[in-house]
Amino acid sequence: MGGGITLNHFLVLSLIIFSLGLFTVLTRRNAIGILMGVELILNSANINYLAFAFYGGGKYDGQIFAIFVIMLAAAEAVIGLAVVLAIYQNFKTIDVDAAETLRG
Amino acid sequence: MLAQVIFYALAALTVGSAALVAFSRNIVYSTFALLGAFMGAVGIYILLAADFVAMVQLLVYVGGILVLTIFAVMLTAGIGDVKVSNRAVGTGPAIIVAGVAAIVMLYAVMRTQWHQAAVFTPAPTTYAIGNAFLGDYVLPFEVASLVLLAALIGAIVISRHEVRE
Repeated sequence: MGGGITLNHFLVLSLIIFSLGLFTVLTRRNAIGILMGVELILNSANINYLAFAFYGGGKYDGQIFAIFVIMLAAAEAVIGLAVVLAIYQNFKTIDVDAAETLRG
Repeated sequence: MLAQVIFYALAALTVGSAALVAFSRNIVYSTFALLGAFMGAVGIYILLAADFVAMVQLLVYVGGILVLTIFAVMLTAGIGDVKVSNRAVGTGPAIIVAGVAAIVMLYAVMRTQWHQAAVFTPAPTTYAIGNAFLGDYVLPFEVASLVLLAALIGAIVISRHEVRE
């Protein structure tokens, strides 16, 4: 890529997003907030995959792995939000502390 | 020069939105800030010559996951009541953990001499990715469809109302 954008630019961008996602996961007690943090982390992983694919000579393996990550993120979001809604029906709250007992 | 401007604009959009997701006290603001983060990532993917992945991201993340998240936020009333802080890990320790992780990764990124292949001319990727999915990656591709089917059924089973006679 022209203009002096190197692989390191993308790696640093991805690690900033990863750190923000980690911070979100650690600080939220809101279950949906935790899922949002996980989505940010998966996005940063995808940026890494595509950056290495681009600067590794334009092979497609990295892009295929990124598509698998997106697919698994969709499945994870569906299951996670279904669990959140089930918890909300049982406990009338989505505070993850409320569901720590594992008793229905 | 133009690539640099575009990269920094997209990076600012992505990081700014991600920061809003991380630091906003209102879950609804966080959800809508997630839109900016995903759109910025789409731009970054296009910058990395991954046109098909960018469109998949747009369809699945923005069109699917984000809408699903907004639905979940709206369906769970009183969602703003849950405090942003975590009793086990407060904001301070969380900043320390995330900061240490960031510094370690930054050190690793800066110290490593990455192998960089010769610059290539970007080409449309859809044809090659489609061939790879039905060639080298056919088994993971089929397993992925099973995973999605299991997720579909699992979500229905988990979230439906139990009606007992």
